[in-house]
Amino acid sequence: MTLDTAQPELIQLLTPEGERIDRPDYPLDLTPDEIRDLYRDLVNVRRIDLEAVALTRQGELGIWASLLGQEAAQIGSGRALRPSDMVFPTYREHGVAWCRQVEPIKLLGLFRGVNHSGWDPAEHGFHLYTIVIGSQTLHATGYAMGIQRDGSDDATIAYFGDGATSQGDVNEAFVWASVFNTPIVFFCQNNQWAISEPLEKQSRIPLYKRAQGFGFPGLRVDGNDVFACLAVTRKALADARSGQGPTLIEAFTYRMGAHTTTDDPTRYRLDGELEAWKLKDPIERVKAYLVKNQLAGADFFADVEAQAKQIGSDLRKACLELPDPPPQAMFEHVYATEHSLITAEQSAFADYLSSFADEGVS
Amino acid sequence: MTTTTLTLAKALNEGMRKAMEEDPKVLIMGEDVGRLGGVFRVTDGLQKDFGEDRVIDTPLAESGIIGTAIGLALRGYRPVCEIQFDGFVFPAADQIITQLAKMHMRSLGLVRLPVVVRIPCGGGIGAVEHHSESPEAYFTHTAGLRVVACSNPADAYSMIQQAIACDDPVIFFEPKRRYWDKAPVDRAADPLPFDRAQVALAGTDVTVLAYGPMVKTCLEASGATDRSLEVIDLRSLNPLDLPVVVDSVRRTGRCVVVHEAPVFSGYGAELAARITEACFYHLEAPVLRVGGYSTPYPPSRLEDHYLPDLDRVLDAVDRSMEF
Repeated sequence: MTLDTAQPELIQLLTPEGERIDRPDYPLDLTPDEIRDLYRDLVNVRRIDLEAVALTRQGELGIWASLLGQEAAQIGSGRALRPSDMVFPTYREHGVAWCRQVEPIKLLGLFRGVNHSGWDPAEHGFHLYTIVIGSQTLHATGYAMGIQRDGSDDATIAYFGDGATSQGDVNEAFVWASVFNTPIVFFCQNNQWAISEPLEKQSRIPLYKRAQGFGFPGLRVDGNDVFACLAVTRKALADARSGQGPTLIEAFTYRMGAHTTTDDPTRYRLDGELEAWKLKDPIERVKAYLVKNQLAGADFFADVEAQAKQIGSDLRKACLELPDPPPQAMFEHVYATEHSLITAEQSAFADYLSSFADEGVS
Repeated sequence: MTTTTLTLAKALNEGMRKAMEEDPKVLIMGEDVGRLGGVFRVTDGLQKDFGEDRVIDTPLAESGIIGTAIGLALRGYRPVCEIQFDGFVFPAADQIITQLAKMHMRSLGLVRLPVVVRIPCGGGIGAVEHHSESPEAYFTHTAGLRVVACSNPADAYSMIQQAIACDDPVIFFEPKRRYWDKAPVDRAADPLPFDRAQVALAGTDVTVLAYGPMVKTCLEASGATDRSLEVIDLRSLNPLDLPVVVDSVRRTGRCVVVHEAPVFSGYGAELAARITEACFYHLEAPVLRVGGYSTPYPPSRLEDHYLPDLDRVLDAVDRSMEF
């Protein structure tokens, strides 16, 4: 288990203590407003996550995959995107969803079991959550091939985790992206754990070094540093748009919570590890920077907290009001065009349901 | 003249060419489909005429072919993927079953994936292992996929175009041992919808159901017996055009199902169950099935014993008549 983030290859623009580091190769010139907005994003998505975990504990959601600790990786990369870019997430990219203006309640349908997805991917430039690990990297690569054929300068970004790097599909996506030189950023959030399996079960080398073997650049960024994640993703997207092909970004971060709400990390990792990573919290360092540089005062932080609290309570209320779908809904959208078997089964199901109609009367 | 004699492979080629001419979003992708024209030459000449951006020689990874085709479809393209041989589809099974088949439903109808997966299927060409499989039941068992099989050049020409035009994903089985069979193709004909079955030969004694490569076998069997066989080419396996089948079996009272895939848990089991349910009081004999054995596909020197042939079809016809 690597706890040392002071590695020579790690790109960092903001230390855990809130000190700004300049990197000429990754210039980042943010206005105070932009920095305050990033802070607000980080706090808001942590609050959404907290609320969803609580809703799960209370039985309102069946399961939740927490992003706790990965806020900077998701907000930094998510804020680097243009509206016309396309995101291919896993099931943990709630922070990126926030950046793509997907209403938080729409993330909950899948986890509550009322649908498999609740937003329009084209409207938000944010594809469906993908649960089978790594499959979406190929979709992102194919989408990027379409961008090439359209002559557009849009780009795609594929999110996945450290565990996914062992999947065939991810390696096939690397091959495809490389030989077709597609406009794609592979954004790997290495949160150190694939449920109970540490990174050592997936790789003998740092993940970002895998890219070299496929013929495109790979880099490791401090995944708890929202500035660095923003800067490196901007650079990688710019390279993608200008025909320079894919980049693999390994955002070195830590899953501070359980894999999902059904998981128990006390069975496989030590408390000390979590405590060490808490010192590198992605939100605290931005707060420290804002305070040190007198860019925000108590009023600002109170306002941020109040807004986050409101978002949380709105989400709770909306979750409790989510209706169960009508039974007939399972037949909808199986096919885009008329399908005689679905039509017949749907009709038979309706007849079966209506056969109970009289029972309520007696 | 709108009618010419074409091989089944050439009819597919011309059907794809027409689809590509009519819609610039139609792409061909697969292993060796470009310069070589595919190992069966089904895509011969298309890259030369439409360019490398529309006829894409892919890396050798089937999951990658289907996965990137899904991405292209999300961007508005209509990819036609070639899986080089039936036995090579399994590395792509996850992308087909988990992603391709379900995305329309998962997106509440917002995402359409008009992807065609062409699979040369079946045996009879003396190939090495994994080159002679009949994997249709894996896919008919997956909701969200349309599964069709062409049996002759005219259907190949029209059905491939219909599959490409369809907004649902289509698994398109091609009978590889019939690629070189020739028949007239009328390009101006008004084609039957591709989810409809067709009575290939009218008859009165026994209904024989087949699709893909076995249609020709069953037609040949008909010519070798005095019995009057009604041969139905199912063409579409999912959905199944059940009314055509039921109408026939209610008239003949007897039914034999023929496919190359193993009989046990094969597509014929579904047919037998549905026919029994719909035609119970019309049946003079149980629905009989002729197909492969419950073995892996054997070495090619034995495949003539494994594959249903004219004699095995007629044996089943006799057993049905004598029941």
